[in-house]
Amino acid sequence: MSIAAISQIRLPFLMGNNLNAWSDALAGLTLSWFPLGLVIIAAIPLVFIALYALTYGVYGERKISAFMQDRLGPMEVGKWGILQTLADILKLLQKEDIVPTSADKFLFVVGPGILFVGSFLAFAVLPFSPAFIGANLNVGLFYAIGIVALEVVGILAAGWGSNNKWSLYGAVRSVAQIVSYEIPAAIALLCGAMMAGTLDMQQINVLQSGPYGFAHFYLFQSPIAWLPFLIYFIASLAETNRAPFDIPEAESELVAGYFTEYSGMKFAVIFLAEYGSMFMVSAIISIVFLGGWNSPLPNLGSVALYDWTSGPVWGAFWIISKGFFFIFVQMWLRWTLPRLRVDQLMYLCWKVLTPFAFISFVLTAIWEIYVP
Amino acid sequence: MAEQGSIRVSRKDDNVVVIEKDLATEEMLLSMGPQHPSTHGVLKLECMTDGEVVTSAEPYLGYLHRCFEKHCEVVDYPGIVPYTDRMDYLTGMNNEWAYCIAVEKLLDIEIPRRVEFIRVMVSELNRIASHLVAIGTYGIDLGAFTPFLFCFRDREHILNLLEWASGARMLYNYVWIGGVAFDIPADFNKRVKEFVDYFRPKVVELYKLLTENEIFVKRTKGIGIMPADVAINYAWSGPMLRGSGVKWDLRRNDPYSVYPELDFNVPVPDGKFSDVGDCLSRHLVRALEMEESLNIIEQCISKMPGSEGFNPRSAVPKRVRPKAGEVYARAENPRGELGFYIQSDGKSTKPLRCKARSSCFVNLSAMKDLSKGQLIPDLVAIIGSIDIVLGEVDR
Amino acid sequence: MEEGRVLPQSVQQSAAAYAVIREQFGSAVSDFDANETMPFFEVLEAAKWPDIALFMRDHPKLKFNYMACLSGVDYQAEEQLGIVCNLESLGEFPHRIAVKVKCPRDGGSIPTAAYVWHTANWHEREAYDMFGMQFTGHPDLRRILCPEDWEGFPLRKDYRVQESYHGIKVPY
Repeated sequence: MSIAAISQIRLPFLMGNNLNAWSDALAGLTLSWFPLGLVIIAAIPLVFIALYALTYGVYGERKISAFMQDRLGPMEVGKWGILQTLADILKLLQKEDIVPTSADKFLFVVGPGILFVGSFLAFAVLPFSPAFIGANLNVGLFYAIGIVALEVVGILAAGWGSNNKWSLYGAVRSVAQIVSYEIPAAIALLCGAMMAGTLDMQQINVLQSGPYGFAHFYLFQSPIAWLPFLIYFIASLAETNRAPFDIPEAESELVAGYFTEYSGMKFAVIFLAEYGSMFMVSAIISIVFLGGWNSPLPNLGSVALYDWTSGPVWGAFWIISKGFFFIFVQMWLRWTLPRLRVDQLMYLCWKVLTPFAFISFVLTAIWEIYVP
Repeated sequence: MAEQGSIRVSRKDDNVVVIEKDLATEEMLLSMGPQHPSTHGVLKLECMTDGEVVTSAEPYLGYLHRCFEKHCEVVDYPGIVPYTDRMDYLTGMNNEWAYCIAVEKLLDIEIPRRVEFIRVMVSELNRIASHLVAIGTYGIDLGAFTPFLFCFRDREHILNLLEWASGARMLYNYVWIGGVAFDIPADFNKRVKEFVDYFRPKVVELYKLLTENEIFVKRTKGIGIMPADVAINYAWSGPMLRGSGVKWDLRRNDPYSVYPELDFNVPVPDGKFSDVGDCLSRHLVRALEMEESLNIIEQCISKMPGSEGFNPRSAVPKRVRPKAGEVYARAENPRGELGFYIQSDGKSTKPLRCKARSSCFVNLSAMKDLSKGQLIPDLVAIIGSIDIVLGEVDR
Repeated sequence: MEEGRVLPQSVQQSAAAYAVIREQFGSAVSDFDANETMPFFEVLEAAKWPDIALFMRDHPKLKFNYMACLSGVDYQAEEQLGIVCNLESLGEFPHRIAVKVKCPRDGGSIPTAAYVWHTANWHEREAYDMFGMQFTGHPDLRRILCPEDWEGFPLRKDYRVQESYHGIKVPY
C-alpha cells in the first residue's frame, strides 16, 4: 500500500461533515490494480447485515418475543443466552446440505442466492452516515424500490425448484403479494420524493437537516405525510413477508412456505435475506420520512443538542437506531396479530392501500404547491 | 368435478366463495398431514385443490390407533381407567369420570358426596386446561402465537394443582370406580380459589387479545358454518353443537353427579358477535365456558362437605364384577359427549365389550362436508375450530 | 326385572316410544327389554332396519334425531355379530332408547343407517373395521382405523393377530 493511499484513509476522519467523505475516499483507494476500497465499501453492509441479524435480528427477536409472552427466551448458552445465536449458527453449519432428489437442483441452489443478493443490493444506496454511502446514485430511491423486486425471482426459484406443493403455494402467494404491495409502497415513497424534489437518498437526508431536529423531518413538516408513512409501513410489512402478512410462509398452513425444503446454510441465507430486507425497508422509511441520519434532537437555545449529536458517527448511530426502532415495531406486530387470509390480503392492497396511496399522492402535490 | 378450468375466486358477503372457471387446468392432490402443523396431531387430509380452493377433503385416521377397545377385553374394570386417560390426553379427569359413571351405573353403587364434589372440581379444572389448549392452538392456526403462550402459562397452574392432587400432570388415574384415589390435599381448595381469582382477569385479557381481534374475527366469522339440524344429524356435541346454536349440555340435559345443585349457564352464541354455527361461534363458546367452569369451581369449594372421617375409597368395590347387562353412559367432556358402551356377562371381571364413543371422532366425521369449497387457510381455521385430539379420534 | 316393580321414569319414556314402533312394525321388532341401565329392543328382521330408523327419526312422536353411539358387538355364543345404536331425541323429547341389529357371523350384512344419521357413516366404518360385518348400501365402506390391508377383524373374539405386516413382526 502506498503512502498516498494511507494518507487518503487518514484524511476523511479529519474532514468533518463533508458529504460522502468516507466513501469517496474509500472508493479511491486501490492496491495497485485491486480496488480494495470498493471491496471494503461492499463488505460493510454485508458485515452489518450479518452482525445485526445475529444480535438484534435473531437474539433480539427471541428475547423481545419472550418478554412479550411472559417467558425468558434463550437462557442456556452464555449469560442470558447471548451466545445462543452462535450456537445456532454452528448447528446450521454442521447440518447436512440436503437437496431433495426430485428437486430442480439448479433453481434450488440458486434461489436463496438470488434472494440474498436482492436484499443486499439495495444496501448499496443506503446512506449509513452523512459521510458514507455505497453508491451515491441520483436515482437511489428508485433503485432501492426496483432492486428489491429481484427477491421475487429468488422466491419463485426456491419455491418451484423445491418440487414441493407447499413450497409452490408459498412461492406463488409470495410473488403475488410482493408484486401487489410494491404499488402502494412505491406511490407512498413517491410522496416523500415529491416533498424532497429528488430521488437521491443523500439529498433527501440533507434536505431534512436543520437546527430544530425532528421538526425538519418530512413526517412533521406536513400533516399529509402521515398517510404515505403509514401506507408504506403496512406495505413494507407485506413486502418482507412479516406478520400479519406472512401468508407465504404461514407455518400453520404451508408448513414453512417456499423454504420448506431448505436446511443448513441455505436456510440460514434465506433467513439472512429476510433480516436484510427488514432493515432495508425500515431504513428507507426512516430516510424518507424521519430524516435518516439526522439527529431528532433540537437545539434549545444554548443547549445545542442537535449540533452535539450530529456528525458522521452520530449519523450512523441515528439511522441504525431508527431502523431498529421500526424493526422492533415489526416484531411487536408479529407477536401480537393473527394472520390475514390470501384474499383479505389482496383486498387490503388493491382496495384500501392503493387508492389511499393515490389520494395521498395528490394531496401531497397540492400541499407542495400551495403551502410554502 | 365435471368441468375443469382455471378458477377465479371471489367472495360474496365476505364468506361465500364464488368460483368462476375458464381456462383448462388440473386439480392437484394435496396431502395435508399426517405430519402437518395444523392437523393437531397425526390426522391426514387428502385434499383435491384447485388453486387455493379445496374441492374435497377426505380425512384419514388411525395413525394414533392404540387399540383401546382391544385392551379392554383383557384388562379388568379398574385397570381400564388409566387407558381412558390416554384417549383424550388433555382431559384425563373427564375421561376417567365418564368411564367410572358407566361402570358405577352398571354396579349401581352410591358415591359419597365429597367424592362427587372433588370429581366435579378436578374435571372443571381440567376443562379449563383443555379449553386453554384449544383456544391457544386455534390462535396458532390463525397465526397468533402469543395467546398460545399465555394460555399455556395459565394451564401450567392448573396442571400443578392437578399434579398436587393426583401425582401426575396429564395422565392422572385419579377418579376411580366408586371414589377417587386420594382425598384432595389440605389447603387444596384455598389454592384453587387463588387460581380462580388469578384467572378471572386473564380470561378477559385473552378475550381482548384474541377473540376481539379484528383480524381474528375476519378469519373466523362466517367460515365453516354448520346449521343446527345438520349438526344434530352428525351427532355433534359439546361446544361444537352449542356453537351451532343448540342449547344442549349433558350437565344440564342429562344431569349426572351433583351438577343439578350447581348454578351455571350454558353459553350459546346469539348471532350478534358471530354468525351462528361458524368457527367464531365455536371458539366463543369455549371462551365463555371457561368462565362458567370458574363459577362451578367456586360453588364446589363452598358446598364441598368437610374431610372429617372421609375415606375417598370407601365406596370403591374390592372386586368389580357387575351383573350381566349393558350400559351406555356419557359425560360432558370439553370436546363433547364422551360415552362408554359397556357390556358385561356377569361372570367375568373384564368387560365383554367396551366401546368408547369419542366426541372428536364424531365431530371430525363432518369434516368432509365442512371443507367443500373452502380456501386452504379456511380449512385450517375449520380443523382448528373442531378442536380434535387425535388420541381420542383414534383411541 | 321382577314383576310389579315401578320402572324409573326414563325407562317408562323409552317404553312409550317403543310402543309406537311396535305398533308400526309388529313382529319385525322384538319385545322391549326394560332394564334400568340401557333399555333396548332388537330389530328381528335386519332388512327392515333402515325403514325403522327412518320412522324413528321422522315420526312426530319419536323424533330420534340424535344417534349418540353405534357399537359393533360380537355375540360369539349365538354365532352372530351385531350393532347397538343408542338413540335419543335431542331438543324434542326426553326419551332415549337403544336398538340392536344382528346378522350372521360369517358373511353377514346389515343395511346401513348412514343415510338416516350422517354420524352412522363413520361408526359403521369402524364396526366394519373391527368386526367385519358388511353394511349394505353404505356410501364408503372402508377400514377406518386399521390400515387398508390389515388381515382379520381385531375385535372378534376369535381374532388371531397376523404374524407379520409388510415385513414387520406384529405380535410381541
